[in-house]
Amino acid sequence: MTSTSRASRLTLRLIALAYLAVLLVVPVGVVFYRTFEHGVIAVYDSITTPAAISAFFLTLEVTLIAVPLNAIFGVLAAIALVRGRFPGKRLFDALIDLPFAVSPIVVGLALLLIYGRGGWLGDWLLDNGIQVVFSTPGIVLATIFITLPFVAREVAPVLREIGDEQEQAAATLGASAWQTFRRVTLPAIRWGLIYGVVLSTARAIGEFGAVSVVSGKIGGETETLTLLVEKRFQNFDLAGAYAASALLAVIAFVTLAGMTLVNKREEDTT
Amino acid sequence: MIKVHAVTKRFGDFIALDDVSLEVPDGSLTALLGPSGSGKSTLLRVIAGLEAPDRGEVEVGGEHATHLPPQERDVGFVFQHYAAFKHMTVRDNVAFGLTIRKRPKDQIKAKVDELLELVGLAGFHSRYPGQLSGGQRQRMALARALAIEPRVLLLDEPFGALDANVRADLRAWLRRLHDEVHVTTVLVTHDQEEAMEVAENLVVLRDGHIEQVGAPREIYERPANEFVMGFIGPVSQVDGTLVRPHDIALSDKPVDGAEKATVQRVVHLGFEVRAELIRGTGESVVAQLTKSEADALDLRDGETIWLRSPTRSAEPLSA
Repeated sequence: MTSTSRASRLTLRLIALAYLAVLLVVPVGVVFYRTFEHGVIAVYDSITTPAAISAFFLTLEVTLIAVPLNAIFGVLAAIALVRGRFPGKRLFDALIDLPFAVSPIVVGLALLLIYGRGGWLGDWLLDNGIQVVFSTPGIVLATIFITLPFVAREVAPVLREIGDEQEQAAATLGASAWQTFRRVTLPAIRWGLIYGVVLSTARAIGEFGAVSVVSGKIGGETETLTLLVEKRFQNFDLAGAYAASALLAVIAFVTLAGMTLVNKREEDTT
Repeated sequence: MIKVHAVTKRFGDFIALDDVSLEVPDGSLTALLGPSGSGKSTLLRVIAGLEAPDRGEVEVGGEHATHLPPQERDVGFVFQHYAAFKHMTVRDNVAFGLTIRKRPKDQIKAKVDELLELVGLAGFHSRYPGQLSGGQRQRMALARALAIEPRVLLLDEPFGALDANVRADLRAWLRRLHDEVHVTTVLVTHDQEEAMEVAENLVVLRDGHIEQVGAPREIYERPANEFVMGFIGPVSQVDGTLVRPHDIALSDKPVDGAEKATVQRVVHLGFEVRAELIRGTGESVVAQLTKSEADALDLRDGETIWLRSPTRSAEPLSA
C-alpha cells in the first residue's frame, strides 16, 4: 500500500517536473545557451549598443512611472471595492479586470484612436505641443493600462480578510483616517501590495503588444527591450535578439527572486 | 454619564433602533441585554460614533456627541473578536492611543506597564497577538481601550468568542476591574447570566425597543412583561401564566391546593435538579429544585407527585 502510493507520488512529481522542463526550463535554457554561444564579449557588445542601452533605460523609465502610479491606484481601488458603498460598484469591479480580458494589441489600437493624429484628444494635445503616441507618454499609458489590475486584485482579498474592526478600533483610539491607514491598514496589506507590485513590474517590463502599437518603434527613442528583441529577430540578428532576451529574462528572474524572498519572509512571520 | 435621546437607526428596511432613549449613570456598569437583532450592538456603536443615528441625540460625559467622529468622543471600545493590531506587539497595541496623542515616551511606557500589570499581562510586552490565547487577547484589547483614559468604556460581546471557562473567569475579573477603575462601562451581551453577574444595571432590548431598565434583581423579580420574564431566566407555563420553575413546589403527599402530576424525566445538573412533569390536563411543566429537595422526595421517572404552582410570586406585572 505504502509502496504504491510512494510510486504514484514519484510518478506525479516526475510528470510535473517534465512538464515544467519542456515548457519552461528548456526554452529559457536555449535562450541562454544561444546567447553565450559566441562568448561573453559578443553578448556584452550586443547589449551595450546605443539602441540597447536606450531600450533598457526606456523600459526602466516606463516601469518606474507606471508601477508606482498603479500601486497607489490599486490600493485606493481595493479600499473602495472592499470598504466603500457607492452606486456602480459592480461595474467598477468589472472594469478593473478589463485589461485582463482585452488583448494588449486592442489596448494599443484604442490608445492610438484616442491620442493619435485625428483621435479624440490627439489633435488637441498635438496642437498644444504634447505628443503622446509614438513617444514615451504613450508607452507609459499603455503600460499603466495593461498592469492596472494586479495591485487591486492582490490587495482586495487581503483587505476583505482582515475586516474593518482593526480600523474601527484605531478610530476609537483617536487615529485619523490617514493615521489609521498608515499604522494599521498598510502594514496589514503590505504583503499583498508587495506581491501586486512585483507582478506589475514583471508585466510592465515584459509588455509587448500594446506598446508595439503606440511606440512607433523608433530605435534609440521609443524602443523598449521587448521591441528591440523583436526588431533584431526580424532583422536576422539572432545573436543580438538572444542577448536582449537574456537581459529581459535576467530582469524577470530578479523580480521573481524578489517575490520568492517576500513570500519566504511572509511565511516566517506568520 | 451617557445620554441617548430618541435615537432611530435603520439599515435599509430593517429598523435596528426605534426611538430609543437611555441614561447610563456615571461610574456604573450597565449591560445591554437582548436576543440577536434586538439592536443592542447598534446602540453601543451609536454611542461610540461607529454608526451615525438617523435621528436622535447622543451625549457622552455631558457633551453633545451626535455629530462627533469616534476619534473625538473619548470612548474605549472593545470588540467581540478583539480587533487586535496583529502586526504590532502587545506593547505597541496598548500604547497605540497614546502614541497617536504624541505623549512623551517615558509616560507611555509607564502607562503601558501599569495597564499590562492591571490586566495580568505583565511580561507579555514583546509578544504578538497571534501568540496569545483568546482571553489574553481580549485583556490586551481592554488595556488598549483603557490606555487613553476614556470617559466611557464600551464592550461589545467581549467574551462572546471565548470558551465557557475562560468566560466565567473573565466575567468575575471584569467586575473586579470595574470596582478598581470605576470608569462608566456599557457591556453588550445576549447572555442573561453574564449580564446579571457583571452589571448593576440592566437594559433589556427587543426589536429595537427598550423593554425594561433596572437592577438585575428587580428585573428578575418584577419583569415588565412576559418577554422580559422569559429572557431573564427560565420559565414554565401553568394555565397560561408564566412562572419560575423554582417557584413550583413539589410534595410527595397531597397538600392544600396541590394537583397530581406524573414525573416524566428527572435531569440532574449537580446542585440543581430539573423535573419534567405532566399535569392532569396533559400540559407539561418544568420544576426546578435543589439536589437535597429532590433526594428527600426521591424523585423517579414515572412516579406520581403533587405540585403547587405559585399564586402570585412571579406573576408578570401588567406592564
